[in-house]
Amino acid sequence: MELDPLLLSRLQFAFVVSFHAIFPVFSIGLASFIAFLEALSFKTGNPVWERLSKFWVQVFAVVFGMGVVSGIVMSFQFGTNWSNYSYAAANFLGPMLSYEVITAFFLEAAFLGVLLFGRNRVPKGLHLFAACMVALGTLISTFWILAANSWMHTPAGVELRDGVFFVTSWSEAIFNPSFPYRLAHMVLASFLTGSFVVSGVSAWYLLRGREVEVNRKALSMCLWLILILAPTQAVVGDFHGLNTLEHQPAKVAAMEANWETSSGVPLLLFAWPDKESQSNLIEIGIPKLASLILTHDIDGVVPGLKDFPVAEQPEVPWVFWGFRVMVGLGLLMIATAFMGLLLRYKQRYWQTPWFLQGLRLMSITPFIAVLAGWVVTETGRAPWLVYGMMTHAEGVTPSLTGGMALFTLLGYITVYAAIFSAGLYYLMRVLQDGLEIDESHIDADDEMHRPSRPLSGSDVTFEHKGA
Amino acid sequence: MESEIFDLSMIWAMIIAFAVIMYVLMDGFDLGVGMLFPFAPDEDARDVMMNSVAPVWDGNETWLVLGGAGLLGAFPLVYSILLPALYIGVFLMLAGLIFRGVAFEFRFKAKTSRYLWNWAFAGGSYLAAFAQGVVVGTYIQGYKTEGLVYAGGAFDWLTPFTVMTGVGLMAGYALLGSTWLIMKTEGYIQQWAYRIAPWLLAAVLGVFGIISIWTPSVDPSAYERWFSMVRWIWIFPVLALFFAYQIWSGLRKRKEVVPFLATMAMFFSTYFALLWTRWPYVIPPNFTLWDAASAPGSQLFLLLGMLFVIPIILAYTAWTYWIFRGKVRVGEGYH
Repeated sequence: MELDPLLLSRLQFAFVVSFHAIFPVFSIGLASFIAFLEALSFKTGNPVWERLSKFWVQVFAVVFGMGVVSGIVMSFQFGTNWSNYSYAAANFLGPMLSYEVITAFFLEAAFLGVLLFGRNRVPKGLHLFAACMVALGTLISTFWILAANSWMHTPAGVELRDGVFFVTSWSEAIFNPSFPYRLAHMVLASFLTGSFVVSGVSAWYLLRGREVEVNRKALSMCLWLILILAPTQAVVGDFHGLNTLEHQPAKVAAMEANWETSSGVPLLLFAWPDKESQSNLIEIGIPKLASLILTHDIDGVVPGLKDFPVAEQPEVPWVFWGFRVMVGLGLLMIATAFMGLLLRYKQRYWQTPWFLQGLRLMSITPFIAVLAGWVVTETGRAPWLVYGMMTHAEGVTPSLTGGMALFTLLGYITVYAAIFSAGLYYLMRVLQDGLEIDESHIDADDEMHRPSRPLSGSDVTFEHKGA
Repeated sequence: MESEIFDLSMIWAMIIAFAVIMYVLMDGFDLGVGMLFPFAPDEDARDVMMNSVAPVWDGNETWLVLGGAGLLGAFPLVYSILLPALYIGVFLMLAGLIFRGVAFEFRFKAKTSRYLWNWAFAGGSYLAAFAQGVVVGTYIQGYKTEGLVYAGGAFDWLTPFTVMTGVGLMAGYALLGSTWLIMKTEGYIQQWAYRIAPWLLAAVLGVFGIISIWTPSVDPSAYERWFSMVRWIWIFPVLALFFAYQIWSGLRKRKEVVPFLATMAMFFSTYFALLWTRWPYVIPPNFTLWDAASAPGSQLFLLLGMLFVIPIILAYTAWTYWIFRGKVRVGEGYH
């Protein structure tokens, strides 16, 4: 079989970006959560908030560190595998990615050290300020990356001359049509991820009767957050979908596995899309619901895949199923939120084992939902790299052979498997140690911590205590 | 037009050249320490070695990422030709840096698995140093291009010449590492560093001698530039030899700081000689820095951010080195 460098490059990018994304998605939400805890601590003086913040800062340190390490790979991917795209889009892409780097380093240089190591060394107000700046920094990083990504979906503010994109308006290019929706959707997803992980971990501690008072507070807070965030996310997601319908109709058609442009389109719950016959082999759906959701009109017209040449149709099953996984998990999150409210009314939510077990399991769902969502939006753009302007095939590195791409794909899988299993294992150790860390030990060791290194923010040893 | 008053491409070339030399000098010594790791007298010495670079290493790598991102923004052609040309090499370097970076963090927290992280740390350092030396070699060697894209094969970067430059940079980094350890340690660890440094210096001079003789046959234009008439460029190898002598005499007189500073100065002189040999070509033999530039508007847009962040990074770097000045001792740092 001939190895296809284009397909392998896409797989490689999907692999490294998925592994990378896991960490920032969590750390962005966690950073804001920590800033919130610090603010509560500052305002009320209640030591519970400070204990929670101390613990989650350790987790943040590990996750942030892993994100930085995996991010280095990302900054080279564009050049190694997508050199034609890099060259063509550099006038816009270069400044966006560079500003992200600048933001990240500014944040790390100026404030992360204070947040991680400065608790007993700087005034409380300054420590709170550092926490807020770290949270803001992660959001600004998100801003740049999503501006670059959204521009690939809905390019604006540029003109293509001799195969190179020239920026004609920075504000139009940065604030391109899909950017506000994608940014809101992603930031909410990060907050939801943070909330679900914190609530899952707190639930796990509560099940074991560990530090009940503190973890109950954390859980309560997260359940309130989820109650607001999860339904809001559904609304924002809906707006994002309407925006996609306007600018990338082929993607929406693939999300719904809808082949014929027509009105009163059913919402398919299950389908087996088949590109060859240009139809679904099996489908089960609810009549007219897709039209209602997408156009807010029961007889609204939904575009069909057949409007686009076969070569310009995305890989329908990935988009269709990715979308269903994301939405399904989103609905599960909303159900969890309301279940929490119901149990809260009875004052039992933190003592209900099945609910706590459920929350434990739910802590993994935001990651899956986020990755599924990215699969939808990225494969849904195919075959375009820059929608309507440049295809994947035009963007890939011309000198790349299938063998080279396969070598590095397997290489990255090996490296990431080794490194990230170590990282995740260590994260589990931090979680197992929990909040009950000997305080005197931390203060004595404080001098030994080296600022600028996020992982130093945690005191837990790599092996089990008995080892 | 602003580009007539300020040559933005020139400013950017200076920024990137600065980032590269900052990276080479700063990550160089900590990669060097990593390469010396397997030869350390004992495990205590390894703790001290790692502690001596632990507070600063990830700040050092800042310059690599800054240079890479800046390249995409300011000289996209360099980015889009060099990275495909060095495809496998870039992967090996990144794999090396990742293993090294993670080993840094987990070795301190590990007990029974510590030997694994030792290997990851040393192996990653060798890989990264060699790969970077190879990049220097390919820069002298030039890149095969057609139109605006790389047109060579997967292993054009791996030739006897680039292997030699790879070995050369490994020796150079190890020398930087050993003189850094002389400055930062004491007792038997420092004595060990004093013993190995002269050998590393000899290796560096030997390899650099071979490369200098070899270069004109790899790149005829270099011969032209060096030998067509007596030029100022000769000041750089003379300076490099002068600093090599300073290293040697500093080592002999058991000076603590001079060898490290002189090694950095030697690197600096060699770097300038290399830049001058190729100037103003950024993708030899076909493209100059002006050919490779992005649109002036993009260069300017990004320049504003860089001018803001570079002083902050420099100040922060200086502060970190100041905080962690002085000797690192056995038992300090945490276990």
